[in-house]
Amino acid sequence: MAPDSQTETQPGSLNATEMLQWAWRQLTSMRTAVQLLLLLAVAAVPGSLFPQRRANPAVVTQYLEDNPDIGPWMDRFQLFDVYSSAWFSAIYLLLFISLIGCVIPRAGVYWKHMRARPPRTPRRLSRMPEHGTLSLPAQTAMTPASAVEDASGLLRRRGYRVQVQDEDTDTPSVAAERGYLKEAGNLLFHVSLIGVLISVAVGGLFGYRGQKLIIEGESFTNTEISYDFFFPGTNYDTDWLAPFSLTLNDFDVSFDRSETNYGNPVDFTAAMTTRENPEAADRIETLRVNEPIGFGGTNVYLIGNGYAPMITVRDGNGNIALQGPVPALPQDPTYNSSIVIKAPDAQPDQLGFVGFFLPTAVVDDNGVAFGSDPDPFNPQLNLNSYYGDLGLDDGTPVNVYQLDTTSLTQLNGRNTPDGGITLGAYQTYDLPEGKGSITFDGLKRYVALDIVYDPGKTGALISTSLALTGLILTLTISRRRVWVRASTHDDGRTLIEYGLLARGKDQGLSKEALSIGAALAAQWSNTLHPANQPQQEGSKQ
Amino acid sequence: MTPVNPLLGDYSELFMLLAALTYTIAFLAFTIDLMRAKTIPPEPADVEESSEQSNRSRLPAQVGAGVEWSHSGTSPRGGSQGNAGTGAAGSSGMGYEPLRRPAARIGVAVSAIGLLIHLTGVLTRGIAAGRVPWGNMYEFVTTGALMVMAVFLICLIFRDLRFLGTLITGLVLVMLMAGAIAYPTPVAQLIPALQSYWLIIHVSIAVLASAIFTLTFCLSVLQLIKTRQERAGRPSSSGVMRLIPSAKALDQLAYRLNGIGFIFWTFTLMAGAIWAEAAWGRYWGWDTKEVWTFVIWVLYAGYLHARATRGWEGSRAAWLSITGYLCVVFNFTIVNMYFAGLHSYSGL
Ligand code: HEM
Repeated sequence: MAPDSQTETQPGSLNATEMLQWAWRQLTSMRTAVQLLLLLAVAAVPGSLFPQRRANPAVVTQYLEDNPDIGPWMDRFQLFDVYSSAWFSAIYLLLFISLIGCVIPRAGVYWKHMRARPPRTPRRLSRMPEHGTLSLPAQTAMTPASAVEDASGLLRRRGYRVQVQDEDTDTPSVAAERGYLKEAGNLLFHVSLIGVLISVAVGGLFGYRGQKLIIEGESFTNTEISYDFFFPGTNYDTDWLAPFSLTLNDFDVSFDRSETNYGNPVDFTAAMTTRENPEAADRIETLRVNEPIGFGGTNVYLIGNGYAPMITVRDGNGNIALQGPVPALPQDPTYNSSIVIKAPDAQPDQLGFVGFFLPTAVVDDNGVAFGSDPDPFNPQLNLNSYYGDLGLDDGTPVNVYQLDTTSLTQLNGRNTPDGGITLGAYQTYDLPEGKGSITFDGLKRYVALDIVYDPGKTGALISTSLALTGLILTLTISRRRVWVRASTHDDGRTLIEYGLLARGKDQGLSKEALSIGAALAAQWSNTLHPANQPQQEGSKQ
Repeated sequence: MTPVNPLLGDYSELFMLLAALTYTIAFLAFTIDLMRAKTIPPEPADVEESSEQSNRSRLPAQVGAGVEWSHSGTSPRGGSQGNAGTGAAGSSGMGYEPLRRPAARIGVAVSAIGLLIHLTGVLTRGIAAGRVPWGNMYEFVTTGALMVMAVFLICLIFRDLRFLGTLITGLVLVMLMAGAIAYPTPVAQLIPALQSYWLIIHVSIAVLASAIFTLTFCLSVLQLIKTRQERAGRPSSSGVMRLIPSAKALDQLAYRLNGIGFIFWTFTLMAGAIWAEAAWGRYWGWDTKEVWTFVIWVLYAGYLHARATRGWEGSRAAWLSITGYLCVVFNFTIVNMYFAGLHSYSGL
């Protein structure tokens, strides 16, 4: 598909322009397209083998810790950021440059084809891959001109664009062509792929994505500081944030209680009160998995859920240092969850707790508690406690779900002589050394929300739909040419010759040829002797 | 939520077993057909002429009212047009030939019966679960096998693909056994992530595309074998390969089917993206499952290009088609079972 070279070769060796032209022809050749496609397929694979930073930053950190030798090298080759890596980008950008270089010249050629008339009838139709002759008996009133007229009508009914040629001669003919949309479909497909790329880029530049965890009864207002995590697009301006707010009234879960699939989740439903903007009226809406709530282009998705045990921590002075729900992160399908509790306001020392929350705790033979059911039939907290400086005061951001215990002193724990803290519902545990106490007051649920604004997604949907349309056109339509010529034989018979040619490989051409031949034969034997039924209805495919 | 019906689920498994037994008979019949190929008398046209020439059909005929018609071209269906006269058809086409192949007929008939039993099994599974029967690995593989068989039998209406019978029934048996042995799963309701009408659309089309790719995989494998034979100059009438069409005919059919499969796979990709947007708030996130679906898509796009590229058509394209299918299988088995990702619905 490389454009033909039109420049004269300059005297002397290849100059810079010619080098460029040569490179361009190479890049836009079909062979390069195939190779780049295969390269793209291969290049996409590592992203599924190694953890990717964008999806799982924590797993990448862990991987680097576990593989101190090879890890940094892999990182240098961007194997943890495959889809934004220099090499992956290079491949798809080259592919798209090749695509543009391939498609634009074709668009021009195609435009001419589109308006062109069917090509002149070749002199020798018997050279065509499919050809045949019909002869009509002499006594009929059929002239070559009327035969061509008939043939051209028949071809037009079969969807061909027709053109009668040499009307005034002894050997008139009709040239016909169909399948113009095949090329159009091919162009539409390739151009739409560019549209997809642009839409993805628009989303990455002008969209954003944020995460927020909301406990039952809590509210969220869409401002940057309300988010737990906020990932703006490269050119996103936080002034664009839609001014909505929402409240999680209630979160309902149900688990399968049938014998065979005991404990599988069956339904998650979040009952929300939402407000499009501060002046708007309250609305009651339901948020479910697969059913996001929309606020004028910004959508809220239910991504996860879990338990938030209500905790009260009293400090060494007997004052309440912390009171409220603390989200625990589920680790498995039974909602066996990890939990970190920080009480920075505790006096004289700050207090921290790390451990597990089990909705339905069961103690095994070794005395170790484990979770056995996702519903809270026997909720239990298993904690280790620490005191000292939690490292929250110097303003550096820290992960609320992790406790860095390196600079803390352990008060008790599973491996200390008096064991860790085990708290059933409504129980209180007094910490050693008079450091305070911790109480398990109750249980709430929370939802994890993703809040996303992607201005490119409509474009992506339109582009992919167009691409699919183009693909269907190009792969199902065949481009075919048919010529029919009529003449009068010396003995008075009317002779009809026809020939067919396909562009590209076309398996159906021979079927079409037989079908056209049969249709012509049937039509004429019908008009000559209407009573004499011809053989089968050959014109039907 | 309608409750599940475990008893009906048990019946479903029984039907699956019966279907597998029936397919085993079909498998044997198709195999006997291939083995007996040697004994079928070769047609005169087939022996001397090259595949290209033996492919040509001529059709002179007196149509009626004194209208005479003669036609010559390359008809892969030979004289089966049934219009007037029968041209000589070479075995390199895929039209039905007037050869007596009783074993193959039995194979087709038994396969059709097996398909009905199999369909009953899949339907009862769906009714037992109160939803579409493709929500976990067991259901993907049993429904997938049904689709492969259905696509094969439908193609048989248009082309004489009975030479594929052994391979197809064999693969279908492997799929059913894998379902019963590797992925047995009791009837269950869907987890919330799968409760979407996109499951119906996205997965059914994915399974259909995979079924078509299964067929083209078999065709491409045979094409490579045939190419080697043809290069070595061995006559096509020898041995088991006697009934298998020319490499060129196989290539053309594989191309057509891969084109259709590619359309469905493109749709799968799109529908998956739309579903991902509804479920996770982004239409594309390079999740492992998405990566492999993309890799497969690009491979088949490469195949379609290769067919139009000098130096890449023929065997190289066939290898791409085979690689594409191996990735489909990999995506379904290894990726579902061992790769962590958001698509952790395999039910294992
Ligand atoms: C983004 C990557 C690309 C994809 C996914 C893609 C996909 C496709 C598909 C599915 C077809 C239909 C094949 C058929 O009709 O048999 C096709 C045809 C074609 N593509 Fe691409 N293509 C890509 C890039 C390119 C590039 C870079 C070029 C130019 C060098 C190119 C040139 C063509 C041509 C000329 C055809 C028509 C082939 C024929 O006549 O059969 N494509 N492409």
